[in-house]
Amino acid sequence: MTDSIVQPTPASATPEGGHLLEVRDLHVEFRTGEGVAKVINGVSYHLDAGETLAVLGESGSGKSVTAQAIMGILDTPPAHIRSGQILYQGRDLLTQSEEQRRQVRGKEIAIIFQDALSALNPVFPVGWQIGETLRQREGMSRGDARRRAIELMDLVKIPAAARRIGDYPHQFSGGMRQRVMIAMALALNPKVLIADEPTTALDVTVQAQIMDLLADLRRDLGMAMILITHDLGVVAGVADRIAVMYAGRIVEHADVRSLYRAPAHPYTKGLLESIPRLDVRGQELSTIKGLPPNLMRIPSGCPFHPRCPYVQQVCVDAVPHDLVLGDGRTSACHFAQEVRDDSAR
Amino acid sequence: MTAPASSTKVRGETILSVDNLVKHFPISQGVLFKRQIGAVKAVDGVSFELRRGETLGVVGESGCGKSTLARLLMRLETPTSGGATLEGKDLFKSSGGELRRLRRNMQMVMQDPYTSLNPRMTVGDIIGEPFEIHPDAAPKGSKRKRVQELLDVVGLNPEHINRYPHQFSGGQRQRIGIARALALRPEVIVCDEPVSALDVSIQAQVINLLEQLQDEFGLSYIFIAHDLSVVRHIADRVAVMYLGRIVEIGTEDEIYERATHPYTQALLSAVPVPDPEARTDRNIIRLTGDVPSPADPPSGCRFRTRCWKAQEICAVEDPQTVPRAADPHPSACHFAELRPTAAA
Repeated sequence: MTDSIVQPTPASATPEGGHLLEVRDLHVEFRTGEGVAKVINGVSYHLDAGETLAVLGESGSGKSVTAQAIMGILDTPPAHIRSGQILYQGRDLLTQSEEQRRQVRGKEIAIIFQDALSALNPVFPVGWQIGETLRQREGMSRGDARRRAIELMDLVKIPAAARRIGDYPHQFSGGMRQRVMIAMALALNPKVLIADEPTTALDVTVQAQIMDLLADLRRDLGMAMILITHDLGVVAGVADRIAVMYAGRIVEHADVRSLYRAPAHPYTKGLLESIPRLDVRGQELSTIKGLPPNLMRIPSGCPFHPRCPYVQQVCVDAVPHDLVLGDGRTSACHFAQEVRDDSAR
Repeated sequence: MTAPASSTKVRGETILSVDNLVKHFPISQGVLFKRQIGAVKAVDGVSFELRRGETLGVVGESGCGKSTLARLLMRLETPTSGGATLEGKDLFKSSGGELRRLRRNMQMVMQDPYTSLNPRMTVGDIIGEPFEIHPDAAPKGSKRKRVQELLDVVGLNPEHINRYPHQFSGGQRQRIGIARALALRPEVIVCDEPVSALDVSIQAQVINLLEQLQDEFGLSYIFIAHDLSVVRHIADRVAVMYLGRIVEIGTEDEIYERATHPYTQALLSAVPVPDPEARTDRNIIRLTGDVPSPADPPSGCRFRTRCWKAQEICAVEDPQTVPRAADPHPSACHFAELRPTAAA
């Protein structure tokens, strides 16, 4: 079983009983002409009101697919949810009808995507696109929807919102387009915002603006946020907890400070040692050898074992369970304790 | 005119010199009678020198002209004005056989390992193609052997010579691109965002490979990237670009520890540092707004519309990239000064 110990974070007190959102032992596979790709292999995580959970992983680790499963926007086929539960306020979304899920989507849980240019419709003005949700879902009149769209554009700090409401997506810069996406996601006051690589396509100064905006909105509107990213720098700035994914599993789960101070999974440790840092001079870059696994042929035992410096026979034979470490962290490694002690040194 | 460079290879001497390079892309209007109504000033007066064996990092945000600069140096674009010399020979005036010889000495690694390799050619053909253009680089019959050597040099299995690009991962494909660039034993390699498309765990492998090849073959790199952390790691000197200009240039230390241009300072402070303990005591400069259009850059200093130090003089007088009193490396700011509290 996965860890159900909640790290108390200064931002939120955890309510007794269930979590706001909980993914339990999710398995997703993609059935393609070439075979079956096991994309998600038993992912469990939870999110409480008002907190920020970062889901960190490289391409193909399954971080976005998990989010799409939560939203109910997976393309099925080829995707197929084999087993698992996604509990929102205690109710399993996966057993609900499409109509029930539609009520959750956008209104309870909203998502923003990486590439705002392709996520927005190029032939409609942005104000119309923001207002569309309000007209469809809230039954607002065109005028009300337009007024609310201007408010939302103000909220995400788009300058001269009233003047720009009739502009088309191509007339906005990358950062402003991402703000439009955020405004659309906020239209129905969701309780959970999933941000899937929200700043990956943006320049560094604009990235800082967007991350600030997301942090402010999360605090002001009391939302909980799942931040999906591959950028260890971005995570360090905003998240309360981190779940690190590899080959469709969560390999390490910890609060941000402990994870950066002493990672307890060899993959996390390798990642942290392989990124060049702006604030360190003459750094020696260590590398993780080899390549991420082919999801159609995931290695036996621990999926990381072919690349792992700590590998032993047990890693080839047995899938490691989540080892609960003393301070409420988990690591899916047979040698988690050892790795953490090495990192702390 | 001059003796072959091979006789006098001194580490640290200037190998590539770029002087006031300008590239304007015309904007035209009208269907039948096209007339030019303006120009996108992609590169607008860039000068620098590259020394033998060093890595010059070029950083800047999208649209600052860093990729156009790379394409100009490779002569994939013709400059509007300005010049460049490679080992004393004019890069833009040469043609025919002389241009071929020059090009042999300067090669490029592209950003996207997925689109920069022809999917219908085998790896052997891709890496061996330069030898068909320059038959003297590989004696007859030795081509296959040379390609296998190159595969080995970049850390790929030489037996995979008959495979196609799609059979390789992103990081491996970037190694193929590097092998192709190395084929003619160039002295200068222009790397345009060579690791941006790669995953974090693969990035470090490619960066280490580039460094190792530099030591082995005495290469000089122009390393273009938007990731300031990567550039700090690999570069000896760094040029910061903004709207087609170099606004600050200096050694790695001068740029990262003693930057005097407000844009460089803001850029550095905005980079997220992977350390949650550091997030509170970092003093981040928040730039407002977006980069202005290069078709219509602001008068005077191009950065003034986003600069917190801007005064009247900034709108009138274009600051030159010259050494400033605050620190002796070139910086294009009228009010160049060190940041009171070092951020990084």
